[in-house]
Amino acid sequence: MADLEKFRSDTRSWLEANATKSMFGARGGAQEGVWGGKKAVYQDPDRKLWLDVMAEKGWTSPTWPTEYGGGGLSRDEAKILAQEMRALKLPAPLVGFGLTMIGPTLLQYGNEEQKREHLPRICRGEIRWCQGYSEPDAGSDLAALQCKAVDDGDHFLITGTKVWTSYADLSDWIFSLVRSDPNVKKQAGITFILIDMESPGVTVRPIQLISGASPFCETHFENVRVPKANVVGKINGGWTVAKALLGHERNMIADTFGGGAGGRRKTLAEHARQYLLSVDGKLSDPVFRDEIARIELDARAFALTVQRTRDGAKAGHKPGPESSLFKVYGTELNMRRQELMVRIAGPQALGWEGEGFEDDELSLTRDWLRSRGNALEGGSSEIQRNIIAKRVLGLPD
Amino acid sequence: MQLVLTEDQEFIAKTAEDFVAERSPISRVRELRDNADATGFSRELWKEMADLGWAGIPFAEELGGADLGMAEFVTVLEALGRTLAPEPFLSTVLLAGQALRLGGSESQQKEWLPGLIAGEKILALAYQERSSRYDLGSVETEAKPRGDGFLLAGEKIQVLDGHVADAIIVSASTSGGIGLFLVRKGAPGLEITRQTRVDCRNAAIVKLEGVSVAKSDLVGEIGAGGDLLEEVVDLATVGLCAEMLGAMSEALDQTLEHLKTRVQFDVPIGSFQALKHRAADMFIEVELCRSAVMAAARAVDEESEDARKLISLAKARCSEAFVLVTNEAVQMFGGVGMTDEYDIGFYMKRARAAEMTFGDAAWHRDRWARLSGY
Repeated sequence: MADLEKFRSDTRSWLEANATKSMFGARGGAQEGVWGGKKAVYQDPDRKLWLDVMAEKGWTSPTWPTEYGGGGLSRDEAKILAQEMRALKLPAPLVGFGLTMIGPTLLQYGNEEQKREHLPRICRGEIRWCQGYSEPDAGSDLAALQCKAVDDGDHFLITGTKVWTSYADLSDWIFSLVRSDPNVKKQAGITFILIDMESPGVTVRPIQLISGASPFCETHFENVRVPKANVVGKINGGWTVAKALLGHERNMIADTFGGGAGGRRKTLAEHARQYLLSVDGKLSDPVFRDEIARIELDARAFALTVQRTRDGAKAGHKPGPESSLFKVYGTELNMRRQELMVRIAGPQALGWEGEGFEDDELSLTRDWLRSRGNALEGGSSEIQRNIIAKRVLGLPD
Repeated sequence: MQLVLTEDQEFIAKTAEDFVAERSPISRVRELRDNADATGFSRELWKEMADLGWAGIPFAEELGGADLGMAEFVTVLEALGRTLAPEPFLSTVLLAGQALRLGGSESQQKEWLPGLIAGEKILALAYQERSSRYDLGSVETEAKPRGDGFLLAGEKIQVLDGHVADAIIVSASTSGGIGLFLVRKGAPGLEITRQTRVDCRNAAIVKLEGVSVAKSDLVGEIGAGGDLLEEVVDLATVGLCAEMLGAMSEALDQTLEHLKTRVQFDVPIGSFQALKHRAADMFIEVELCRSAVMAAARAVDEESEDARKLISLAKARCSEAFVLVTNEAVQMFGGVGMTDEYDIGFYMKRARAAEMTFGDAAWHRDRWARLSGY
């Protein structure tokens, strides 16, 4: 414990001495996180300085081993670092799928060469990654993917289409699942492979959503030559790697929705007061008032359930069955909340752009539309309920 | 607040689960009902439960209690809820017992609590009237000063375990506000009529036709009775939620077992996605209730300023979840779920009664909104 307290004071001093000055207090501001990559544009040059300072220290990925560009910190030390950064209101120096998805997967399944090639460049924010999983004919049934990998000696020739490749237009590399053997059980013929987006034959087209412009893209491969050295895990052994990565992804999504009360700009009641009458502080519309209370109760019960899992983990228990509900309940709760906010705003929630609507009304409408995807991305609610029924409740196939 | 059981709490829970599995099967509830048992619960079993220390959990050691909190008590009540055990925890330990613990004079506590903790005395709290619904402050029963004491007149309904209570604490209006008065069994003018409810839980109509009580029978102060009543019913609500959690968990388990074993169209019906997804939703609701009950119990113990909101959270969610789970259970059991021969119907009936005890879901959402300032 004494060591951890020393680490805390050392960390605080180091941050105070070395963090880019304008970054103190910049956490939670309007500007989105730095994703890095070759195509990165830094509107604020200080963000780049801050990234470089932290990358040099290994603290863009605090718990990764130092030989791969990480900070080599223990979990407890990393928690202290996060607390101190929060206390100084310092923003995360770098975000993205390199840190949250492919990095942890390479640490688990990558070979030494792959780790040395890719991890340091992720830590320094030099390479931005995207994910190539879903296909037009393989959504919930992901293992049905057909993107073809034809053996060509020490290379594969890859042809096919990936959809929902978030930020593919801004990314440098893509981690992908490809069909390397079409003649076996579908899960047994899949390979997990890393593809340089600059390879000849890769094209990217942005996808317009019902909510307007989006980070999603469709990525097409036409006879793209990829070295076999880029296979993570074994050839035809990609399904195992893919499932581990999906676990990282679902945790990330559940974390986004599981925070509960924290960080909301406005409560539902405050939102309602803008549009509905109150008498002596009490909302006059009994139906909306009840619906608001219902969402608040559900949100609190959900946050308490997330807390129960965390408290259990701290006490040394394995994650209980309750953790399987995070994704489905958290996303559906957010969707119900968005829908209620739109209904409370009434006709003022009908704006798409232009005159007659406030900026936050326009984003309310877009957020509601975008939220409809929450129950689809990262494993649909139906898939989540299948998983609960099978793995937790033991119901037969 | 830590939402995880301590080793001691795990031990208490395990003891209770083992006891219930061995000594308190659901068949007991059926027999008590079918025999129209005069007591409506087992005095022997109640004594055994008290000997295990359960009746004394929320009382001080000097009275014979264990001086533990709601976090411990809910583990026992959850276990008892699994088989719908009808022993008088709600009426005696939580309602009347807590009224005496929080508002009773030293002599009242000495007179009643050691016997209660030992499982020898049954107490009840009469707070509900025909027109009061869930409003504890709506009290038509009157207490008028007479001589050195009071004269009580009015009628209370669905007084839990009122038919066997050695004393009943009654809420009554006075010119100075609501007061709580302890009325002894057999007092002249006290008429008790047993009621038969759909959940076959014990309740009685308590009629007071000029019942005279001494000044020393006043529990707490005149005018403070409303606040005391709310505090006591809040504690009992946490206990009831734990019972509901146990009962809905059991109903879910029985339903899952049925889904795995009932074969139609040559396959177990649990393989149908139309049922799987609903079972997953039942599971989710039960898990959220568990978190809410744990949080409410701990908030009470820690005297958190959030406690009242968390209690309403627990009761609102448990009310709806218990009804949902048991409605779905009867549907998934199919025709046999409609027969009295199967136990699942007992759970569905209890769900409805528990929902309507201490405020239903909508009532608690209203309270949550009020406490949240909207």
